[in-house]
Amino acid sequence: MAANRKIELNIKVNNKDYKLFIASNKRLLDVLRDDLGLTGVKEGCAIGECGACTVIMNGKNVCSCMILAGQAEGAEIITIEGLEGPKGELHPLQEAFMETGAVQCGFCTPGMILSSLVLLKNNPSPTEEEIKEAISGNFCRCTGYKQIIEAVQLAAERMRGGGM
Amino acid sequence: MYKIINKSVKRIDAYEKVTGKAKYGADLNLTHQLYAKTVYSKYPHAKILKIDTREAERLEGVVAVITAEDVPGNNIMFGKFPVLAKDEVKYIGDGVAAVAAESREIVEKAVRLIKVEYQKLAGVFNIKEAIDKNNGKVHSEIEDNLIEHSHHLLRSGDIEKGFKEADVILERTYQTQFVDQAYIEPEAIIVIPDPYKVGVEIHGSIQNPYSIRTNVATVLGLKINQVKVVQSTIGGSFGGKDESVMLMAARSAIIAMKTGRPVKMVLTREESFLESSKRHASKAKYKIGAKRDGTIVAVENNVYTQGGAYNNKAMFVNWRASIHAAGPYAIPNIKTDIYGVYTNTVYGGAYRGFSAPQIVFANESLIDELAEELNISPQEIRIKNCLKPGDELGTGQILLPGKIPAPLEKMINNVCKKTDFESKRKKYIKERESFNPIKKGIGLSCTFRGAGLGGEGIDSASATVTIDIDGSILIQSGLVEMGQGMRTAHAQIVAEVLGVSLDRITFCNTDTSVTLDCGPTVASRGTLAGGNAMLIAARKLLDRLHKRAAIMLDCNIIDLVSENNFIFNRLDKSRKLTFKEVVEECLKGQGLSLSAQGWYTPGPEKLSSETGRGNAYPTYSYGASVIELNVDTQTGKINVEKIVAGYEIGRAINPQIVKGQFYGGILQGLGYALIEEVRNKDGYLETKNYDDFLIPSSFDMPEMEVTIYESDDPVGPFRAKSVGELGIELMAPAVANALYNATGKRIRELPLNLERVLLGKTLRK
Repeated sequence: MAANRKIELNIKVNNKDYKLFIASNKRLLDVLRDDLGLTGVKEGCAIGECGACTVIMNGKNVCSCMILAGQAEGAEIITIEGLEGPKGELHPLQEAFMETGAVQCGFCTPGMILSSLVLLKNNPSPTEEEIKEAISGNFCRCTGYKQIIEAVQLAAERMRGGGM
Repeated sequence: MYKIINKSVKRIDAYEKVTGKAKYGADLNLTHQLYAKTVYSKYPHAKILKIDTREAERLEGVVAVITAEDVPGNNIMFGKFPVLAKDEVKYIGDGVAAVAAESREIVEKAVRLIKVEYQKLAGVFNIKEAIDKNNGKVHSEIEDNLIEHSHHLLRSGDIEKGFKEADVILERTYQTQFVDQAYIEPEAIIVIPDPYKVGVEIHGSIQNPYSIRTNVATVLGLKINQVKVVQSTIGGSFGGKDESVMLMAARSAIIAMKTGRPVKMVLTREESFLESSKRHASKAKYKIGAKRDGTIVAVENNVYTQGGAYNNKAMFVNWRASIHAAGPYAIPNIKTDIYGVYTNTVYGGAYRGFSAPQIVFANESLIDELAEELNISPQEIRIKNCLKPGDELGTGQILLPGKIPAPLEKMINNVCKKTDFESKRKKYIKERESFNPIKKGIGLSCTFRGAGLGGEGIDSASATVTIDIDGSILIQSGLVEMGQGMRTAHAQIVAEVLGVSLDRITFCNTDTSVTLDCGPTVASRGTLAGGNAMLIAARKLLDRLHKRAAIMLDCNIIDLVSENNFIFNRLDKSRKLTFKEVVEECLKGQGLSLSAQGWYTPGPEKLSSETGRGNAYPTYSYGASVIELNVDTQTGKINVEKIVAGYEIGRAINPQIVKGQFYGGILQGLGYALIEEVRNKDGYLETKNYDDFLIPSSFDMPEMEVTIYESDDPVGPFRAKSVGELGIELMAPAVANALYNATGKRIRELPLNLERVLLGKTLRK
């Protein structure tokens, strides 16, 4: 079947170049989880509603369940595994999520942090409404979002202060 | 005075979660694993005439196909759930076969090749049809569709006499919908044939490892000691990762035993919504009688909960409902009856609140309706009747001053004062007539909640605490972490007792082969009961350390203090040892054990089954909230602007985590009030994924102001009581009451979505 035809995929993930041969019907999500073992990328609904599979692709936060791997040819991808510094230093967003109690079950956390990161790259001083909008595609069933918003505010403040 | 508890320390499992390192069930992979998938029923009720698996078996890469015929032990588990349906399917989520193959792609293809011949049967799909005897039976052996042991009652005073004394009597009916827990992680299970002996090892998103172990053992025809269950990191559960996971574990375990290979089963979101439990739908008839001055003299209620095709929770859910159905009020005459019924629909189970969201919606709406009828304010009627120190509950239990606190009066007054409740309420009534289609409203609700399981079950809990030679400490609870923060609270308790810093402590996920069976992680008892078990284990170890330290320091044990990683003589603080020095001496010098089991047994809570009277719970938590909203009367859209809430919980082991539980509970409560609804049409599930079953996003978050009230209620560890479920139940009635305040429209059915608010009814049935 044509769907199972193998294609070549050249992709940069967390600053590392990969040349993969994958089934053409694979989603970016499957490539990241199954081929590269990046299980910090979660699958929650497979229809682009919940945001658990969020990754950053060419600077934008996307649902990796909605992208065929072939569409990511030549793309630069960042997953939660790519946020730590060379010596394992955590990103200010990761620190802030821990400090404000923004993490409960943790399943939405990778996607939530990545959507927040895209926001802060484009808008270092977001308002509460802008934060809400930026994470509105990432469902969290545990926290009621309040402490997540506080985490983004705290990280923004520190990043503005030259934290990273 | 405390060093570690009562402080907002970082969660001890946060690092693994913010870095993506924590493994959830679906993240685990083993070499030679098979991918399994269930073939679900096509009809809500049908006879199975024939299952033809041959074509699927012939597909290359398919390794095993099982049906009910392949179950080595008992096919029926607790609550009548069949591992796989044999002769009849009773709801749309029944499994009829399971397939295992070399890849996900193959198994997805193979399930479509299983041919099942059915003969469709009539079914009962809602409470009314289930009660009506002419509509057929869900289980042939049950004439009236009444779930076994699901009728619970409360008789207090003389109900006839009570209504005779009343100046005003109101009768109202309230209805609530099925909703899904909708945790973001779908269920995942991996079963490994035990590499060293006959048996299986099960990992996954498992809320209640011990009941899974018992049920899988029965299914496999093995002894309990041949099944080991280890929880993975759990991506939310709220009561839900129980029956569905039990079914998945049983099917996968059969295949694992049959093939000798690891078997992985991960549900899609659609399968999760199809096969997992829901919060019971309900229909509650209430009758309330009061004096002209607002004194409530009698409450009679008759509540039906919809259990679906199988049910192992209605008997417990309804018991809790029977204690709380008349609300947090001192009422002399109460007659309560709660029933559960079978239907050919998705089934009811545990979901945060465990009957409270349904009955608190009914009762707190009713109290507002009564206040309106008597022309007194919602605040005044609650203050007049709410439980106060020394009051007797409907069960006969007395709230003793200083022993069981009853701070509701103060809490209600505080939330009202903070929001300027009464003056806003009056103002918004006047504004109903204005031309502005956006109306504002304000609503009040209050509640009380029995802490832990109480008389519903055995509320014991287990813990294992082990100190190693380097002074590090490993804790393991028999209760599970699902995101609620329990293991951080446990670690704080252990660190506080042993006088060590929190960084010495790490956790081990619940493993049924290590820590003792202490039942399910439910009823907001993780800190209350589980924390007490930790406290007991830690105190045993402290005792051993101090005995040794007293000899080393040549002083009396009672003069020893453990603090900041030191053990010292409080009479001469220069006489001190490091925690690690004492540990080394105990382990290496003396050959002592520094591992202890903690086992907490609560006092017996007993009720009479004839009257429902007695001590239902060791103690209660309390809550009060005010909601401010606006509603667009041209579209029916409610916009919740602000919530001010207060919760009395004894003591917060970790105030930040406690607040997180309340914020999350509040938003789930708003989802229940406003948008969430699992829709069944003639037994077919219409809400299949998040595009049909909507849950609140960040846009739906209102301003939230939560106050924690602490007290000296002595039941829990360091006086901590229950937190997890309390947040959710105040929302729906407060929204309904605020909507009434805004519009003069009383809606007695959830959710309060656009159609109900605009038209007073739903267009989809």
